[in-house]
Amino acid sequence: MSETVKHAETTPEVQQPWRELGLKEDEYARIREILGRRPTSAELAMYSVMWSEHCSYKSSKLHLAQFGQKAPKTDALLVGIGENAGVVDIGQGWAVTFKVESHNHPSYVEPYQGAATGVGGIVRDIMSMGARPVAVMDPLRFGPADAEDTRRVLPGVVAGIGGYGNCLGLPNIGGEVVFDPSYAGNPLVNALCVGVVRHEDIKLAFASGRGNLIVLFGAATGGDGIGGVSVLASETFDDAHPTKRPAVQVGDPFMEKVLIECCLEVFAADLVVGIQDLGGAGLSCATSELASAGDGGMTVWLDRVPLRDSSLAPEEILMSESQERMCAVVEPAKLDAFLDICAKWDVLATVIGEVDDSGRLTVQWHGDTIVDVPPRSVAHDGPVYERPFARPSWQDALQADDPSSLPRPTSGDELRATLLQMVAAPNLASKSWVTDQYDRYVLGNTVLAQPEDAGVIRVDDETHLGVALATDGNGRFAKLDPYAGAQLALSEAYRNVAVSGARPLAVTDCLNFGSPEDPDVMWQFAEATRGLADACLELGVPVTGGNVSFYNQTGDAAINPTPVVGVLGVVADVRRRVPIGFGAADEVVLLLGEARDELGGSEWAHHVHGHLGGLPPRVDLAAEKALGALMAAAADDGLVTAAHDVSDGGLAQTLVEMVLRRGVGASVTVDDVAGDAFVALFAESVARAVVAVPADRVADLEASASSYGVPVTRLGNTGGETLVVQGVLTVAVDELRAAHEGTFPALFG
Amino acid sequence: MARVVVDVMLKPEILDPQGKAVAQALPRLGYDGIAAVRQGKRFELDVVGEITEERLAQIRGAAETLLSNPVIEDFTVRVEDAI
Repeated sequence: MSETVKHAETTPEVQQPWRELGLKEDEYARIREILGRRPTSAELAMYSVMWSEHCSYKSSKLHLAQFGQKAPKTDALLVGIGENAGVVDIGQGWAVTFKVESHNHPSYVEPYQGAATGVGGIVRDIMSMGARPVAVMDPLRFGPADAEDTRRVLPGVVAGIGGYGNCLGLPNIGGEVVFDPSYAGNPLVNALCVGVVRHEDIKLAFASGRGNLIVLFGAATGGDGIGGVSVLASETFDDAHPTKRPAVQVGDPFMEKVLIECCLEVFAADLVVGIQDLGGAGLSCATSELASAGDGGMTVWLDRVPLRDSSLAPEEILMSESQERMCAVVEPAKLDAFLDICAKWDVLATVIGEVDDSGRLTVQWHGDTIVDVPPRSVAHDGPVYERPFARPSWQDALQADDPSSLPRPTSGDELRATLLQMVAAPNLASKSWVTDQYDRYVLGNTVLAQPEDAGVIRVDDETHLGVALATDGNGRFAKLDPYAGAQLALSEAYRNVAVSGARPLAVTDCLNFGSPEDPDVMWQFAEATRGLADACLELGVPVTGGNVSFYNQTGDAAINPTPVVGVLGVVADVRRRVPIGFGAADEVVLLLGEARDELGGSEWAHHVHGHLGGLPPRVDLAAEKALGALMAAAADDGLVTAAHDVSDGGLAQTLVEMVLRRGVGASVTVDDVAGDAFVALFAESVARAVVAVPADRVADLEASASSYGVPVTRLGNTGGETLVVQGVLTVAVDELRAAHEGTFPALFG
Repeated sequence: MARVVVDVMLKPEILDPQGKAVAQALPRLGYDGIAAVRQGKRFELDVVGEITEERLAQIRGAAETLLSNPVIEDFTVRVEDAI
C-alpha cells in the first residue's frame, strides 16, 4: 500500500528520508513549498531522482547556457539543445541526429552490463528523435594499462559494447582508448550514437492534446537501477556503503532491435504525437518531461505498468531504470493501429496514462492518488546552483613545471629507440585488440572506421552523401589549462573530420569532471565550458547537445578534467573521402601547418618521463579553420590520396600510422619542420596534417595551400618497406608493426 | 573422488534476457502453462581426496571470484554423491 496524497496532507509531521535520497535540506523545503504540503513517498522519489545532478544539471546549467548564448549562426541546426538529441541538416532533405553520453559509474560497478546499457541508452535517445540509428562510437578512458583494475574493467567494457552493439546490428566506427592514472577507479565510458532521419519525420518529446493516450512500450519493468541515477551520480563510491549500490541494469539488445524497428514503423505510419525514451530516472523522467514540454497535464495509472517483479512498490516503479522501454503519446483513434504494430514486433505495449488539461501530473495507484505535482517543477524547474569556483592554488606551479628540463633524445639511435618506445605506448599503440571486437561494417554503409581519423557513413545510396564523425579529448591538456584543453579537444575532433574530407557542421560533448562541490573542479568546469563555447563560436560549429558527468573521483582525487568532444561533418560524396594510409609508392609526402617546440602535456612527456606540467600546445583556431577549408577543397579536387592529422605522439606517430595502415613505407626529411629532429618528430602543435599527393598534383596542392594561408613543408616520398627519417633513423615496417601491434595483446591477452 | 556442484543464477531482481527468450518460445512450440524461466549455469567440480569444510570454503572462494559474478549473480555449493 503506497502513501496517498490525502495521507500526506493530514500528516505533515512525518519524518521523510530526503537526505538518504540525496536531497539537500533546502531542496526538501522547496518541494514542500511547491506542493503546499509534505510530499508523498512517491513524490519524494520523483523529485529526488529528477533533482539529482545527473537529471537536473543543477551545478552545470549556468555554465552550459553559454552553448546557446554563444552559438554560431547556422542554418544547419534543425533541433538544438534540450531535446533528446540535436538534429542537423546535411542537405538533400536528410538530417542527422547525434549525441554522446556518459555511463561511467555503472561501467565501473559492472563493466559488461554498464557499457552495454550505455550503448542501449544512447541508441534510444537517437530513436526518440524519429531517426534510424546507423552507427555508434565509444570514447573510453581507463587507469594505467597495466593496473589490476584496468584488467578487470577494460575487457568487460569492450565486450559489453561489442556484445550490445553487434547484436543490435550497428557498426562501431570509432572512438578512443586512453590510459591515465587519474582514471584508476573512475573509468570513463562515453557512448555516442548517430542516426539518420528525413526532415519531415523528426519527432519531439512532448505530450499535448487532451485525451491523447500515454503508451509505455518495450520491456517490462523490473528492479533495475532503482535510485541508480540519483545515488550513483550524486555521491562518490565509498566502500563503507555498499548497500547504496543499486540493482545492476541488464541490457537485452534483441529487445532493443525490435524496439527500433517497431518505432520506425510507428513513425512511418504517423501514429505518434510525441515520443520519449526511458533512461535515467525511468518513468519519473519520461512522464514529467513529456507533460512539462506539452500543453497541459497528465494522469498516469501506475498499476497498469507491466512488471517483471510483482513485488515492486510504486516508488520503485517510478524510479526503475529497466532498459529497452519507450513512452509514446498516441491519439485515441490511432491506438489500435499503434498496438497492432507493437504486436507484430512482439513488443509489449500498454496504455498507462492520458493527457489532460489539469496542468498537473497525477499518478494513480489502484484508485488512490499518490502523486499530484506541477510537472514543470519536477522536470524543468529543478534547483540551480551557482557553485563557488576558484583557480586551484596548485595551478601556477603545475604550469611552471614545464617539460624543458626533461632529458631529450638527440642522437639517431636515441631517437630511433624513443620512436619505437612511443609507438608501443598504450595510448599510441594499435587499438585493434579493442576495435576488432566491434562490428565496424554491418549495415554495409561504413566508408571509414577505426583506425581512420574519422568514422564515415554513407547516408544516401544514390547521391553518395555521407557523414563523418570523430571524438577527441585530452585530459592532460585540460588539467594544464582547462580553457585551452577543451578548445584543443574540439580542435582535434574538427581536424579529424576535416582531414577525412568532410565539412564540420556541429558538436556534441560529454563533460567528465570530478565533484562540483570542490571549487577547484568547478573552476575547471567553468573554464572548459567557456573555452568550448568560445571555440565553437569561432569555428562556426554549434553544440547540439551532450551530457555532463560529475563526481568522477575517488576520495579527494578528481580525474583529469576530460571534456570529450564529438564533431559531425558532412561528406558531399563519400567516394572522395580521404583515408589515412599511404596507398602507393612514389607519391610526395607533405606536412601542412607549423610545428613549434610544444611538449607540455605531450604523450612523450607522459609516457617516457611520467611528467605532466607546463602549458598545452597553443590553440590556433584560425589555422585549424584554414586547414579544414584546404582539406575540403583538396578532397573535392582529388588532390590527396592520403591524409592524417598530427596530434598525440606528434609527427612520428602520424607517419608510423600512415605507413602501417597499408604497409607502404616512406622516406622523409624533417630538417625543415622545426628546430631539431626531436621537436619535429614529437611536438604536438595543432592544426597540422600529413598528406600524400601524386607527384603531378603537388604544385596544385601548394597553390591551394597558399591561397588558404596554410604553410607547406615537403617531407619526402612514399615507397619501400622502411620508414626513413633521413640522417636520423631507419626502421623496417615489420619492426614498427611488431612494436605498434604487440602492446594490447601482451596486456590483455 | 567426490563431486561438488556449484549452481550460479542471476540474482532474482536482475533481468535474464536468455530466460525471457526461452519463456517466449515455449508457448510458440506448444508448451503451455509455464509462467517464467530463469536460466543459470552449473559447474561440476571433481575433487581429489576427502571433502572437508576447509575444502568447501576454498570452493566457495573460487565460486565467488571466478565461477560467478557476485555483482549480478548468486551461487550455491553442494556436494553430490561420490562418483
